[in-house]
Amino acid sequence: MSRIVKRESIVPNMHLLVVEAPEIATKIQPGQFVIVRAEEEGERIPLSIADWDTDEGTITIIFMEVGSSTRALASLTGGDTLPTCVGPLGNPTAIDQYGTVLCVAGCYGIGSIYPVARKLKEMGNTVVSVFEARSSYLLYWSSKFVPLSEKIFNITRDGSLGMKGHINRLPDIIHGLPKMPDRIIVNGCTYLMARTSEITKEMGIPTIVNLNPIMIDGTGMCGVCRVTVKDQMKFACVDGPEFNGHEVDWKEFLSRRKAYLEEEVLFFRKSEPRSAIHEEGKCHS
Amino acid sequence: MSEEKQSKINLNRTDMPKQSPEMRRHNFNEVALGYTEELAMQEARRCLQCKKPSCVTGCPVEIDIPHFISYIVKGDFAGGIKKIKEKNCLPAVCGRVCPQESQCESKCVLVKKGGEIAIGRLERFLADWEAAQGKIDLPEKPKPTGKKVAVVGSGPAGITVAGDLILLGHEVTIFEALHKAGGVLTYGIPEFRLPKSIVAREVEYVKMLGVKVITDFVVGKTRSVDELLKEFDAVFIGTGAGLPWFMNIPGENLNGVYSANEYLTRMNLMQGYQFPSSKTPVKKHRRVGVIGGGNVAMDSARTALRRGAEEVRIIYRRSHAELPARKEESENAEEEGVIFNMLTLPIRYIGDENGWLKAIECLKMELGEPDASGRRRPVEIPNSNFTIELDAAVVAIGNSPNPLVPSTTPGLETKKNGTLIADIETGKTTKDRVWAGGDIVTGAATVILAMGAGRKAARSIHEYLSNL
Repeated sequence: MSRIVKRESIVPNMHLLVVEAPEIATKIQPGQFVIVRAEEEGERIPLSIADWDTDEGTITIIFMEVGSSTRALASLTGGDTLPTCVGPLGNPTAIDQYGTVLCVAGCYGIGSIYPVARKLKEMGNTVVSVFEARSSYLLYWSSKFVPLSEKIFNITRDGSLGMKGHINRLPDIIHGLPKMPDRIIVNGCTYLMARTSEITKEMGIPTIVNLNPIMIDGTGMCGVCRVTVKDQMKFACVDGPEFNGHEVDWKEFLSRRKAYLEEEVLFFRKSEPRSAIHEEGKCHS
Repeated sequence: MSEEKQSKINLNRTDMPKQSPEMRRHNFNEVALGYTEELAMQEARRCLQCKKPSCVTGCPVEIDIPHFISYIVKGDFAGGIKKIKEKNCLPAVCGRVCPQESQCESKCVLVKKGGEIAIGRLERFLADWEAAQGKIDLPEKPKPTGKKVAVVGSGPAGITVAGDLILLGHEVTIFEALHKAGGVLTYGIPEFRLPKSIVAREVEYVKMLGVKVITDFVVGKTRSVDELLKEFDAVFIGTGAGLPWFMNIPGENLNGVYSANEYLTRMNLMQGYQFPSSKTPVKKHRRVGVIGGGNVAMDSARTALRRGAEEVRIIYRRSHAELPARKEESENAEEEGVIFNMLTLPIRYIGDENGWLKAIECLKMELGEPDASGRRRPVEIPNSNFTIELDAAVVAIGNSPNPLVPSTTPGLETKKNGTLIADIETGKTTKDRVWAGGDIVTGAATVILAMGAGRKAARSIHEYLSNL
């Protein structure tokens, strides 16, 4: 059981959750995740970590309200408890001195890439941040990235901030840089990671993605998070969650992510509009 | 044996009442209903009370079998359960899931005549009788030794180690990665074969003895074994065989293809059979194929039936005679209507345009010469390909040891197959102050073997702690 310190909505549909988890806070590294249950009969869901405070013994999670489990999580508030908050799980992001690293993020990924960018900067890399959202009001934490980033680019669908369009504008950003980035790290929706990987493969830039498949135990036991990487079966929970984006079978991954969409609908008992359910990639359409 | 005595021998094993197949295939309640007091006494009276009981030699934890049976004959059930608990802290579990037919009961002197004593059913009877009394006799609290032991994993091996060491006065903490204790007893074995309330009761018992159980704690991630060794005098690793195998054939990542671990975990640990009132989603499948022939395969197939599948089949590459499942389990499955496709080897999963499983392509097999396991090797019959329509496949072909602890613990050596190297008599690993037992050492095996290993390790740990 872990006590919630606070939960607040930071932009529409996106929540910040601070949880007391001293063991995790001393161990966690960028790129890792936790598994939480919002309620006793609840599903186990993996969530990336956006920040932590070792002294306070807390971890910070940014999550998007996409279905019944995240909705239950979003209904909690400071003082409530999570029946489960276990971790840190998965392997940390590999961080070395690469030179210039482009951090591409959207949705909850803006949060989860923050500690990655921070560590990259600490290691002496030049960080360029690229954020992508439907509209400017869905972007958050920009100020936290200012001291870390050489430059910040925003792409919005409605053009309300930065470039108009979606992640397909990435080549324009890359070509505008003084030199090609040495590495690209992408956190966020599957669509964002898949599309970025497609673009950068053509350009020949190493690209690391942080996958977010369905999980149950998170320790390699159930195998539901399996993903094909370079024609081999990998378990995202123990072999990942970070993989070379150019080697991931994205079509299969996307299809596996959607496996329980119908059951999500069953949950909402058809009483709510279908749009209440987050469909992969739809926020990019 | 005199002729007179022999004529008195009763060879009629007392049947245990069961739910009828028609009824039970539609519910998750326990299949076998257990003996009544009368039935238990009737069965117990058949025991010959051998002076040198061979049944005991077949028990990995050396329960004094004739002795506990003699209590049942007298109607002293409290005495009987006490006798069992001297050696076994999980009798309600073992009475249900131990393969007695290849252990104690196979050694019974009456086995040749086909009338071996139903030891497992009697063990179960006593455990259930005790639970029904509502009060549990706790042994006297031992003098604390001040020594601390960490147990990693709360499955059968871990619970046994913890139960034994706490009674010797050591302070014991169990670390469990999942949110509920019990390991495979909780996430793997289904409700209709081992009710979760029974597992919870057994876990509660070791807690009442003073064992601390910390759930949601992944050793190797939340804290390493080396870190545990700073706080604890000894560490026992019982993390089980939790890394599912797949066949490495095309289409395995289609939606609708599950590992047995996933399928059963969704149903058991996450109580998916109550969906949508429990929140972990499970699919409603019509035609389910389970690949494999062991107990886990039978559990998966029977779970699928109970979830309302119209057609459930076991797909196994050898023949009926080689099924590794307990006979009782495969018979139960057959009675309930599971179809057995024997001598059948899956070679490819076929998906629809949306990435969902729609069929499986198989080859017919025939039995050839015996292989290394002594069983006749299945050989492919060329051009015998055929397809079976399926909307779900459950892969139940086995598990490797979970690598999480070995891979994060320097000095802990493994064999090529990933099992931990540990002394068979003591459970000592290659790392100082670290013991191991159960599936993490043997590869996937049985509950009772894990308990036997736990018992030996506890003895060795105690010896070590006593000499500190």
